[in-house]
Amino acid sequence: MSDKIIEVNNLSKKFKDIKAVNDLNLNVFRGDVFGFLGPNGAGKSTTIRMLLSLISPTNGNIKIFGMPLKEKRNAILRKIGAIVEKPDFYGYLSAFKNLEILGRLSGTDTSKKRVMEILELVGLEKRYKSKVKTFSHGMKQRLGIAQTLLHDPDLIILDEPTTGLDPQGMKEIRELIINLSKEKNKTIFLSSHILYEVELVANRMIILNKGKTQVEGYVEDLLNANQLQVTFRVGDKEKVLNLINETGWSKKLETQIEDRFVFNISPEEVSVLNKYLVENDVAVNAVVPTRSLEEYFLKLTEKES
Amino acid sequence: MIKIINIELYKIFKKWRTYIGFIAIAVLIPVIQIAMLVEGEKSINFMTRNLQQSFVFVGNLLNAYLVSYIILNALAVHIPFLVALVTGDLLAGEATAGTYRLLITRPVSRMKLVTSKFFAGIIYTTLLVLWLSILSLGLGTLIFGAGELIVVKPTTVIIFARNDVLWRFLLAYGFAVLSMSVVASLAFLFSSLVENAIGPIITTMAVIIVFLIVSAIEINIFQAIRPYLFTSYMLSWRLFFDDPVDVSEILKSVAVLFGHIVLFYGLAACIFKRKDILT
Repeated sequence: MSDKIIEVNNLSKKFKDIKAVNDLNLNVFRGDVFGFLGPNGAGKSTTIRMLLSLISPTNGNIKIFGMPLKEKRNAILRKIGAIVEKPDFYGYLSAFKNLEILGRLSGTDTSKKRVMEILELVGLEKRYKSKVKTFSHGMKQRLGIAQTLLHDPDLIILDEPTTGLDPQGMKEIRELIINLSKEKNKTIFLSSHILYEVELVANRMIILNKGKTQVEGYVEDLLNANQLQVTFRVGDKEKVLNLINETGWSKKLETQIEDRFVFNISPEEVSVLNKYLVENDVAVNAVVPTRSLEEYFLKLTEKES
Repeated sequence: MIKIINIELYKIFKKWRTYIGFIAIAVLIPVIQIAMLVEGEKSINFMTRNLQQSFVFVGNLLNAYLVSYIILNALAVHIPFLVALVTGDLLAGEATAGTYRLLITRPVSRMKLVTSKFFAGIIYTTLLVLWLSILSLGLGTLIFGAGELIVVKPTTVIIFARNDVLWRFLLAYGFAVLSMSVVASLAFLFSSLVENAIGPIITTMAVIIVFLIVSAIEINIFQAIRPYLFTSYMLSWRLFFDDPVDVSEILKSVAVLFGHIVLFYGLAACIFKRKDILT
């Protein structure tokens, strides 16, 4: 895991008086599915655009595959596939022709077999002759994924890849990301507003706010560093109050609303508390963990605000 | 580079707007030719009314060459619009469609991209002028046949022999390609500055109309700045229909127009290379 694919040092971008990205540092290693999180305006898209040389940094250095982006732009881009924000294509051309043109520009195999193979992978093989302007947003998003994979890149940068997809489509893209990482050993840089999605697929992540790094590390470590917030829905609330007061669980009670008891506890304590209540003849109707990456993310960004 | 130019040409010729110019010329030229067929004799009589008192005109004066000469004069102001319609869209159109992101994240240098687009624009411009020449001369020959060309200048009337005309037209159309390439370069420059394809087309036309008006009005101050306006050299194709042909004046015009093409392209390339893609 010491092979750095992306190395960003002290990266800043200023638009007139606005600092969109402020002294950002990040490292992405080979095989990572790297979650890139942040609220709107955090500087995620600006960072991605700088990684793809769409915009130039005001300060700082970017190295990708160990090469400086400024000097080795073409060699680097040859090994990157990317979707940046919404998937826009030449609407007056067919899906096939769009991919063929982009493939030719990337210097890759654009034979009918190869292009159809990629279209099949994203479920668009039956619409290969259709003009892209007739596609739904979801279909364009799939075509966006297709163009990132066409030249078999080592690094895939995905900016909100599941936006506009139905739940089945979102699931398929998630599975595709996991497959690309696990089976094909691709490195994925995934920016998403769907934090649950990042939680499911990413092994490392960074949270960005106001252009600055809030936290960076392994998803598991970052989440374990915080206690879970779990809601227990119980049958007899009076009995539960008595039980938790007797045993000290009340110290971990965050709040109680009607039959809902919200505890701040570690993942190991969830089963202990549940067992304790059940053994004391309390009907536990539901155990709902509410601590998630989303909450962690919100806490961090709210604190900064 | 050739591969990218081919891709750009493919994109240009897959767009409906590209054919507007070709269709407009295909409609306009036959309309003018039919009108000349009906009323051409009257025009010739009007042009030569003073000379007819001293000379007798015989032969086929209303021929393909005369009609082509009139068409070239009449359309010099209108063809730039058809050129700008496509070349103003070359860069700004990618921004409007959001496809800059796709294009610039490919392993192709920005310089190669902008140069390929520029050459594709020049090829389109050349084809448009070629189409104009084919319809004017080719269709004109079918309708009117060839003959002597009578050219009326402010102080003289020149009559060119039938076998002394074609080379003048070929060079005049070549010069027209150069003139229209300046328009294409200007529209391309404006296209690199904005993210809306309509802006460069309108701005290019505004510049050309203002410059042509300044070139046409006989006021001292305008005459002083006239040598610095590229539009003053765009109509120098008429010099090929002088006798003798003023080669040095033509070469000067060619140099000025070529200089403008290089300048406009150079500026567009610099802007595009440094441009932050935010669309």
